[in-house]
Amino acid sequence: MEHAHATLPTVVHTVSYLRFIVLFPLLGVLFNIFLGQRLGRRAVNYVAPGMVLLSFLLAFVAFLRLPADGILVDVVWPWITSGSFQVDFALRLDPLSATMVLVVTGVGFLIHVYSAGYMAHDEDVARYFAYLNLFTTAMLLLVLGANLLLLFVGWEGVGLCSYLLIGFWYTDDEKASAGKKAFIVNRIGDAGFLLGLFLLFWSLGEKGVWTLSFSEIQAHASALSVNTVTAICLLLFVGATGKSAQIPLYVWLPDAMAGPTPVSALIHAATMVTAGVYLIARLHFLYSLSATALAVVAIVGTATALFAASIALVQTDIKKVLAYSTVSQLGYMFLGLGVGAYSAGVFHLMTHAFFKALLFLGAGSVIHGMSDEQDIRKMGGLKDKMPITWGTFLVACLAIAGFPGFSGFFSKDLILEEAFVSEHGSWLLWLAGTIGAGMTAFYMFRLLFVTFYGKTRASHDVAHHIHESPVSMTCPLVVLAVLAFVGGYFSLLRFLSPIFGEPHEAPVPFFIKQLPTLAGLSGIGLAYQMYVRDPGMAERLAQQFSGLHQLLANKYYVDEIYDAIIVQPVVAASNWLWQVWDTLVIDGTVNGTAHTMEANGLLLRLWQTGNVQNYALSFLVGAIVILGYYIW
Amino acid sequence: MVSAIVFTPLFAALILLMLPPEDEEGARRLAFGASLLTFVISLGLLAKFESGTADFQFVERFAWITDFGIQYHVGVDGISLFLVLLTTFLMPLVLLASWDDVHKHVKEYLFFFLLLETGMVGTFVALDMFLFYVFWEVMLIPMYFLIGVWGGPRRIYAAIKFLLYTMVGSLLMLVAILYLAYQYNAQHQTVTFDLLRLYDLKLSLIEQKWLFAAFALSFAIKVPLFPFHTWLPDAHVEAPTGGSVILAGVLLKMGTYGFVRFAIPLFPEAAHAAVPIIMALAVIGIVYGALVAMVQPDLKKLVAYSSVSHLGFVVLGLFAFNVQGVEGAVYQMLNHGLSTGALFLLVGVIYERRHTRLISEYGGLWKQVPLYASIFMVVMLSSIGLPGLNGFVGEFLILLGTFRANPLAAILAVSGVVLGAVYMLWMYQRVIFGPITNEENAKLVDLSRREVMIFVPLLAMMLFMGLYPRPLLTRMEKSVEATLARVNVLRQASPEQSRRAQHEQLPNSIGATHASPLQTAPKLIAER
Repeated sequence: MEHAHATLPTVVHTVSYLRFIVLFPLLGVLFNIFLGQRLGRRAVNYVAPGMVLLSFLLAFVAFLRLPADGILVDVVWPWITSGSFQVDFALRLDPLSATMVLVVTGVGFLIHVYSAGYMAHDEDVARYFAYLNLFTTAMLLLVLGANLLLLFVGWEGVGLCSYLLIGFWYTDDEKASAGKKAFIVNRIGDAGFLLGLFLLFWSLGEKGVWTLSFSEIQAHASALSVNTVTAICLLLFVGATGKSAQIPLYVWLPDAMAGPTPVSALIHAATMVTAGVYLIARLHFLYSLSATALAVVAIVGTATALFAASIALVQTDIKKVLAYSTVSQLGYMFLGLGVGAYSAGVFHLMTHAFFKALLFLGAGSVIHGMSDEQDIRKMGGLKDKMPITWGTFLVACLAIAGFPGFSGFFSKDLILEEAFVSEHGSWLLWLAGTIGAGMTAFYMFRLLFVTFYGKTRASHDVAHHIHESPVSMTCPLVVLAVLAFVGGYFSLLRFLSPIFGEPHEAPVPFFIKQLPTLAGLSGIGLAYQMYVRDPGMAERLAQQFSGLHQLLANKYYVDEIYDAIIVQPVVAASNWLWQVWDTLVIDGTVNGTAHTMEANGLLLRLWQTGNVQNYALSFLVGAIVILGYYIW
Repeated sequence: MVSAIVFTPLFAALILLMLPPEDEEGARRLAFGASLLTFVISLGLLAKFESGTADFQFVERFAWITDFGIQYHVGVDGISLFLVLLTTFLMPLVLLASWDDVHKHVKEYLFFFLLLETGMVGTFVALDMFLFYVFWEVMLIPMYFLIGVWGGPRRIYAAIKFLLYTMVGSLLMLVAILYLAYQYNAQHQTVTFDLLRLYDLKLSLIEQKWLFAAFALSFAIKVPLFPFHTWLPDAHVEAPTGGSVILAGVLLKMGTYGFVRFAIPLFPEAAHAAVPIIMALAVIGIVYGALVAMVQPDLKKLVAYSSVSHLGFVVLGLFAFNVQGVEGAVYQMLNHGLSTGALFLLVGVIYERRHTRLISEYGGLWKQVPLYASIFMVVMLSSIGLPGLNGFVGEFLILLGTFRANPLAAILAVSGVVLGAVYMLWMYQRVIFGPITNEENAKLVDLSRREVMIFVPLLAMMLFMGLYPRPLLTRMEKSVEATLARVNVLRQASPEQSRRAQHEQLPNSIGATHASPLQTAPKLIAER
């Protein structure tokens, strides 16, 4: 299957209602900040999800009115104007952004509802929903922005909300640190994003096109030289590796699990972390021009998919398993994009949003029922006590494992087929992805079996309290389970064809098509063998290969390595700069020269006495050195 | 109108001296009222300002010392307009902030503040070099006393250090100003200190270099540009809250304003020759300031070093010599005034309650003072340039402009964006998040109504300037272009004109009809 050349959706229909999609959650933010405390929990529980629902409904109407031949654009106001640099605050709805908006508001609404139940005992619920609504606002800006700068505004905005929500329980220093880490690592990516944006802007400017709007970039992209395009794409991809947690900037995501679990579901699984995928899909016309950039995207994606999956194999914290799984699945999306199968990547983005949000919410339900326990070694046997959670979790596991008929089966298989047959693909990418698929199925079913099957390993007190979650939590689970099943049947590829071009079938060899599914089934089988039929087997293997097990359990020691080669040296250097350079060298030169001169009695002849003049003179001496260099 | 803004504070200061010494409340009201009145008058400037021209507006001019051709000549353009507004905007807030803070020699304190305002506004509006120099020096004295009398334990050391660093620079500048007038006399047989006429002076490259160096040193100290910055942390730490706010908010801008108004347009070739050095110092300052800020144990020192980093951005933008860079730099001057001013006010709030500025003394403040923490959060985000708030617009335009002028400088400076987040977030976490470890902090009270009134206007401006920068940018544009035209980069090479050229010659092959600005700029300079 190959994509034909992308056709441009040329007709622009100007509308003025897209802004309200963004505005509703923003109103929710203001409500929560200014009235939330006063009006109380009930009001907040209705208003916050209600605003997202309004957004969803409006987005759905807009989606229905989306003309087949064009896009909807809403220019709200001219934002920054500086010389030739002019950027509007403009929103754009096309099949790609419509898909994203519906996922963000749809899944977002379910998670808001779920949150009302999950946060029922937290006194700070107004602040929580203010952040969550603000996140929705920023995410909608990200996907609806009609130009690269507005996308960046949303991009930073979601990063901020991520920071705030990870550290939501701020009195815990570890959680606050996790939030900070997320923000800073993302900022490193953002630096790359900004540089890519600058290069794009000036390169197009040299061709006489002064714009950052997606339509115009697309219209003139071919004027750029291939090397320039490659540089732009790679710089922007640095940003994507930050936001979408790819090697080498993935390290913040596992820590981000410190946030409330619904936040992990919404931000760190379904929506925000897919922003990097969206960015590349949005700019697919640039990436298509550079085989090098595509190759880098594909290789980094595949490497991350395997790397993170291997870590997920041995993690014992239910949310950490899911976090590494998310990193790994994002890798698959990048693999899809990197082989030029943009719609396959976006397809997987959507199905993943369904099943991964469901997994996180299921995990949240488990944690809720287990009195805040997250260690799966202390769980077990929850199947009967939490039947809805178990059933929906099972659906999600089948979906992510690529079980035939479930949503993940369609999207993941599509990516792997494309990896094999696409002109940008290779059998190596396919093979790595297939191995990863087996690992995915294994670690997911390991999680399922250890958590829900066997006998409970919880303490008596905890076991006594285990209960199914309230309706506000189980309801979203059921809806998401339905989506996780049927999501694969949405004809997204056709819907996206105005953006990415018509998919046309290429013959895929039988084994290539079937092996990933087989790998998934084997993974499930192996997990069943190791954790249900012979529960001691995992332990024996861990002892037999203790070195490998330690390496994986400690996540390849990447955090420790980063700390040793980046964080510690920077802090040490800063201290040195301050205490040695600033205090001793610069100030010391000033003071020291003064003292020397004083000792020689030079100054005494010129002025009366005191520090004042010493400084002046010594300072002049220093300044003259610099000036001398400049003038001669 | 401009003179009214300059002299209303001075007038009020003189009345203040006539008040009975025990009437502190009356003195406070008078000073606050005068600063508010000054702000209202300055809003008149904004209302009547014409954005379509680069000419100076509201010009007032009459002979002052006729024998030396010295005039009282004031006026504003799109660059100084907003700096005047920043000054008059911050002043009432600062006076409000020190209402309960200062109890020693209240009248004198207020007198010096009002005198300072006259000096600052005068410096921004003066169009006669001599008048400029007078105002420039007028600013120094009150600041010296504000630090030296109302400052912390090492205030004398800090005040003298501040005065000396600044004096050294300004003496050299005075010599340079006199030389300019002398040269003008030699060429035109009239003595003048009129800036607009001095712009047209013909100077050899070596003359330009010397003169530029004298001005640049004076301004570089004021900015402060690395490595002339070591007076700043001391001055800030010792200064009272109000002094820090004005020092960071307005006084530092004198340096960057001096570059864009005097040093660059007066000596364009020398400025071009200095680009590599100044850009290098600016980039070093950005990274260095951020790194050193990161490890500061004292809140005020942290903010002081962050100023070194932020002002490095401003200088970088100015020396990019393109519209985006310079507009971004002017915008960033305003941003820095707001956000760093607000940061010092915030530090002042907890200092007033706890009498310590050590980060390690705090922690877990959110629980105790949520309103304070929330406002602190917004200010911090403004300072680290989060989109949607003011800081982003300036930083972005500066980096955009710099990237064209010198990609390497932009790449290095972008690391300052990352480090900015590091030191701010880390500080914020240690002060606001975490459990309350120090019992003293459990007794903190949240912001009073008066304190909220100080921060609301600041936050409102941060949002406005982040979301809708256009009204400011359009008013700046002509003046910035005119300045750049003097530097001779803009002529024939501006993006606008290339675009116009593009449109006229559209049938020709794209891109081949004109060279890129990057290539033409140095050529123009060489030809001149």
